[in-house]
Amino acid sequence: MTDVRHLLGVSDLGRDDAERILDTARALERTLDRELKKLPTLRGRLVVHLFYESSTRTLASFELAAKRLSADTMTLRASGSSVDKGESLKDTAQTLGAYDPDVIVVRHPHIGAPGIVAAQTRAHVVNAGDGKHQHPTQALLDLFTIRAAVGRLEGVHVAIVGDVLHSRVARSLIEALRLVGATATLVGPPTLIPRGIAAMGCDVSYDIEAIRHADVVYVLRMQHERMLSGAAFVPSLREYSALYGVTPERVGAGQVVMHPGPMNRGVEIDPRVADSGASLVTTQVRSGLVVRMAVLYDLLTAGPLVVVEPLAVA
Amino acid sequence: MRRLALRPPALVRRETPRDTLTLVARVIDPAQRIDQPATVRVEDGIVVAIEPRATAPAELVLAPAFVDPHVHLRTPGREDEESIATGTAAAAAGGYCAILAMPNTDPVVDSASVLVSLLERARDEALVSTGFMAAISKQLAGEELTEMAELASAGAAAFTDDGHPVSEAGLLRRALQYSALADRPLALHCEERSLSRDGQMHEGAVSAELGLSGWPSLGESLMVERDLALAADERRPVHLMHLSARESVAALRRARAAGVEVSAEATPHHLCMTHELVRSLDPNTKMNPPLRTEDDRRALLEAVRDGTISCIATDHAPHALHEKDGSFEEAPFGVTGLETAFAALNTFLVETGDLPLELVLERLSRGPAEVFGLPVPRIAVGEPANLVLLDLEEEWTVRAERFRSRSTNSWLLGQTLRGAVVRTVAAGAEVFAA
Repeated sequence: MTDVRHLLGVSDLGRDDAERILDTARALERTLDRELKKLPTLRGRLVVHLFYESSTRTLASFELAAKRLSADTMTLRASGSSVDKGESLKDTAQTLGAYDPDVIVVRHPHIGAPGIVAAQTRAHVVNAGDGKHQHPTQALLDLFTIRAAVGRLEGVHVAIVGDVLHSRVARSLIEALRLVGATATLVGPPTLIPRGIAAMGCDVSYDIEAIRHADVVYVLRMQHERMLSGAAFVPSLREYSALYGVTPERVGAGQVVMHPGPMNRGVEIDPRVADSGASLVTTQVRSGLVVRMAVLYDLLTAGPLVVVEPLAVA
Repeated sequence: MRRLALRPPALVRRETPRDTLTLVARVIDPAQRIDQPATVRVEDGIVVAIEPRATAPAELVLAPAFVDPHVHLRTPGREDEESIATGTAAAAAGGYCAILAMPNTDPVVDSASVLVSLLERARDEALVSTGFMAAISKQLAGEELTEMAELASAGAAAFTDDGHPVSEAGLLRRALQYSALADRPLALHCEERSLSRDGQMHEGAVSAELGLSGWPSLGESLMVERDLALAADERRPVHLMHLSARESVAALRRARAAGVEVSAEATPHHLCMTHELVRSLDPNTKMNPPLRTEDDRRALLEAVRDGTISCIATDHAPHALHEKDGSFEEAPFGVTGLETAFAALNTFLVETGDLPLELVLERLSRGPAEVFGLPVPRIAVGEPANLVLLDLEEEWTVRAERFRSRSTNSWLLGQTLRGAVVRTVAAGAEVFAA
């Protein structure tokens, strides 16, 4: 019986929990090759997606994950809803709670918002990204991808390159890597590496050469939409690209390259790297689907996945 | 230099009947070096006898009532958050006999007319003596000086743009020069906005992990250094409000050693807690300046201990429930403090051995009174009774419904504290009895 009630951050998981979810995802991955991909597992369950930030990729991944498990889904976006009329997150959560959803997946620009939803409803809450804080399903899918590509997690060395300051992906991944015995080195300009982050248990380097020693080069998006006017963290994208862009010359043989997407080709990642055999970017998308299926499964059912029944054709 | 006819800072309160009381306790008046069991008799509001006794209930302490130089009464403008009546009732419940209110209201206390009308309201509503600081700059905009001489004549206790720094050095210099006419100190909120901008909490390991934007220590200490350099050059007194960073304390020490006339305050929350508390993402752990590291807390404690910081001030900052009920990032800065100050200090600092009780009592009463030229509460025959009776052993749980304040945004909600205010006597009237 799982005791994971919500997935608000990586810290909700023990190592056993993480490994169980990855194992479930591995089992679910095999169903992707079937002609009929839909499983009856969560039939009759309601999964609500509450998205306060624009998202195409993450929302699509969560929606498809729920649908593949036969759950009913409902999606509420910030624009065009009562949120625009000034309704507080607490009130929205209470309103949604009245429908007795089994899971609420929340994306919100403010840190801690999924926790506020969790406090207001009986549903299991999954954090699909809260501000610069956490994005735990991204971290799990990254672990899943790394485990498949490298063959293990213990002792794997991941270089995380770019705008760590504004990145919830980086924060979750650093924590998740530590959880499973892997190590992280953060690489980027001093203005984009927050002071004090080494306390999370990672190394820091301002030199792109530091990626040479890594098994995995994890490239972060340069999130210019997060840069406030007048607070330029780098003088120009051109200079950033020259100093930290992940180019074919900088990627060694045997290294794999990951990116949470969407990519700014030619800024943080050279298109030749993005399209090379070393790139795991599309694998990450596929991993995202099965990992999110596994998370839903883990929250809503007891015990590890034993048998995966294909959906009977009525 | 000819000065305008200046009266002392106006401290006003509602007329209340003077009480006759007999109090038996361990009497501590640090200013007079009194610490002994005694019976204190108050007749018609005046202390008429202090009779030493062999024993008194060990848990009961009678001390000079407290003085808080940093309170937001939110009046005028946000009476939904606090009023003069509720704010001073909260002060009474916290053991205070006098408070000074901040001018960042709507309208701002930047003209004599606003100040005079507030003093009139306080004469009708205030349960304890209440004074008002006026703004340094009109609208707190940091551009034009207020009419400080007229404001001082009307009774302004001091001048501050609290909540905002005086960003332009040139304006602060002029304010320091001109404040000589008003003969009142400037109370400064030290914040270099180009460093604190967007900051949600102390910049450090916790902000790095949570992803909250950092408000670095340097954002405070750099402004402290600048303000002290200006004060030294103008030879004018300044008071530094709610210090939070050890670098600020170091700057304060250097300036005092160099002879600058500078006083400072620290809040119970900065003395008791660190940025680790923010991990809860509770909006009631969000304040400006932010909670900082254990090293910073230790530096503040040391400064309070040796008198470099002579005042403990609450920075009582009421906020409407709905504003402190959402996400951390949306919430306004500030926490309430009047009703929990003593209990928090006793629980987290006295009982742990970090600060002696007598010292805490002194920093809550005489320290702030002297900085702002207010009457120093004393336990002495012939003096008006300004007394607080404390029960050092009473345990109580901080709950929203217990507060007299109209707001409940306390960083201590749900916590059980040791030490409680049992009775408060202000200007001879019993204004609180538990």
